[in-house]
Amino acid sequence: MANGNGRVGLRERIKEGTDKLWNSQLADSIMRPGSPFKQGYSDSPRNRSYVVMNNVLYHLHPVKVKRHGVKLSYTLCLGGLSFFLFILLTITGIFLMFYYTPTAELAYSDMEALSTNVAFGSLVRNMHRWGAHLMVLSVFLHMSRVFYHGAYKPPREFNWVVGVVLLFLTLFLSFSGYLLPWDQLALWAVTVGSNMAGFSPVIGDQVKFALLAGVEVTGATLLRFYVLHVLAFPFIIVIFMAVHFWRVRKDGGISGPL
Amino acid sequence: MAEIPEDLLRRSAEARAKALGVPVEDVLAEFKGEGPPVEISQPDPEPEPVQEAAPEGSDSEETPEVEATPAEDVAEAIPAEAEIPEESPAAMVAASPGETSSAGAESEPAAAAVATEAPEAPAPPGSNGSSNGSGNGKVASVVSPRPSVPPAGLPEGVRTQRLLTVVKARAIQNVKAEPSDKVNTWPHLMLMEFGALLAITGLLVVMSVIIHSPLLEPANFNATPNPSKAPWYFLGLQELLSYFDPQIAGVMVPLFIGMIGFMMIPYIDKNPSTRPSDRKFAIMLYSVFLAGSATLTIIGVLFRGRGFNWAYPWRDGVFFDDLKDWVNFE
Ligand code: HEM
Repeated sequence: MANGNGRVGLRERIKEGTDKLWNSQLADSIMRPGSPFKQGYSDSPRNRSYVVMNNVLYHLHPVKVKRHGVKLSYTLCLGGLSFFLFILLTITGIFLMFYYTPTAELAYSDMEALSTNVAFGSLVRNMHRWGAHLMVLSVFLHMSRVFYHGAYKPPREFNWVVGVVLLFLTLFLSFSGYLLPWDQLALWAVTVGSNMAGFSPVIGDQVKFALLAGVEVTGATLLRFYVLHVLAFPFIIVIFMAVHFWRVRKDGGISGPL
Repeated sequence: MAEIPEDLLRRSAEARAKALGVPVEDVLAEFKGEGPPVEISQPDPEPEPVQEAAPEGSDSEETPEVEATPAEDVAEAIPAEAEIPEESPAAMVAASPGETSSAGAESEPAAAAVATEAPEAPAPPGSNGSSNGSGNGKVASVVSPRPSVPPAGLPEGVRTQRLLTVVKARAIQNVKAEPSDKVNTWPHLMLMEFGALLAITGLLVVMSVIIHSPLLEPANFNATPNPSKAPWYFLGLQELLSYFDPQIAGVMVPLFIGMIGFMMIPYIDKNPSTRPSDRKFAIMLYSVFLAGSATLTIIGVLFRGRGFNWAYPWRDGVFFDDLKDWVNFE
């Protein structure tokens, strides 16, 4: 709108600029054809499909799902909650990594500083810790849900096997993180845990040695658990989760109805 | 062998008989396994140009997935630009009689004879490779339209399409015929998931504000706390092991057996039914396992005091450092 001076108003120019950007090759290339962001969303079956198809994350889902699978009472969303908790743990864990040194000298003082000197440090640490406990719980409950539905029966046998691996990876993730605060609780819980491992006949001592990087818990153990906890186990569990989700779809979506 | 509907078989036989120049009855007999193989009496007349059927799954992700929709949705679901150019000799999919177009669209087999098209044009519902539909073992036929405009004034009863072959459907995915009462993922499923995400995040934040994580004294190798407990999810195991000579039942053994044993469940439980009333034994076993591990864990957490000896939480206090700072009223 010209403002009387014959000049073009600022608002006008901004609109022109954004329009230009919106229609540029760049914007065009970012959004896939049919993207609701580009063409606007009005509720139609076609647009409902496009919402799912045009987003890499949503695309984990098929465009349509069985009606009964959407009911909260069927899955209780437990598998999904396990996954969400894993995401929350990843985010809070990255935050914690900025303030933590995995050495016997610094680990404990870093934990103290985290709860006193770092903005939201205490909250994030609590979220990470309780989130981990909740995840163990929700994975276990998810497994129980699957069992009670008989959802491991053909063709889903293999996804159950993948699930068992996920359960154990979750336990290992939690256990390896338990040592990191390097306080009495951490030290002795891990000592008890690895002693139980050491009691096994024949291979017990070897297992314990590999686990602890020595015959007892030391700084080397701390480093070992740290690397396992922040890198190795998350890496492996993500791969197994990918297979797990993929198989849920390929095995014909959610099981049931009962 | 799937049952091939009589009329399809007949059309196929007619086509073959025409191509080979032999009576239809001979071909039909051959098809039904009642007659000798039909001799080729003349070389195949010039073959029709037929586009190769796309192998299922190879590029199904390329074309936007349009899930098969109940019949009333089909028209909506096919984007306008999906119209196949008239002169393009695209192979078309025809579902066997009795299968409506939506049912054919659902089925994997249909995808085995899917139309290949311009890459960006969203395929008709039939080409959705990742749909999980019914129709295992159904029959799809490949029909080719004549490449050119049919001459005017065709005699009555002459089809402008002909049946090339009847292909037996074979799914590469593990699909079962299931009734499909489906809803759109967006918004039905995704709103639920979003709600769950919000709920769990809210719960976690509230919990983290209220309950403080423990941080005891620095690690000290010379001061063994009494009792020493494993993390709670191993406490049931620790409790169990306290009944046995640890030299016999180390933790690796139950863990290993537990892991392998659990993995084998689907291969041991051969009962195909998922109805609770049909699997009382399995449900009973699992419930015993659940109740047992819960009991052992609760005992380990609350009822074990000094020296891992029995203790009553209301008399001797709780020996569980994980919740040492239960509530944080800062
Ligand atoms: C990190 C751990 C895990 C994650 C993130 C996870 C995630 C999921 C999700 C999101 C689903 C979709 C349905 C639902 O939400 O219930 C699912 C299904 C399934 N999960 Fe898991 N899961 C995990 C562990 C397990 C475990 C421990 C088992 C069994 C031992 C298991 C076995 C299955 C099976 C068999 C299905 C198919 C269920 C059906 O079709 O009804 N998963 N999982």
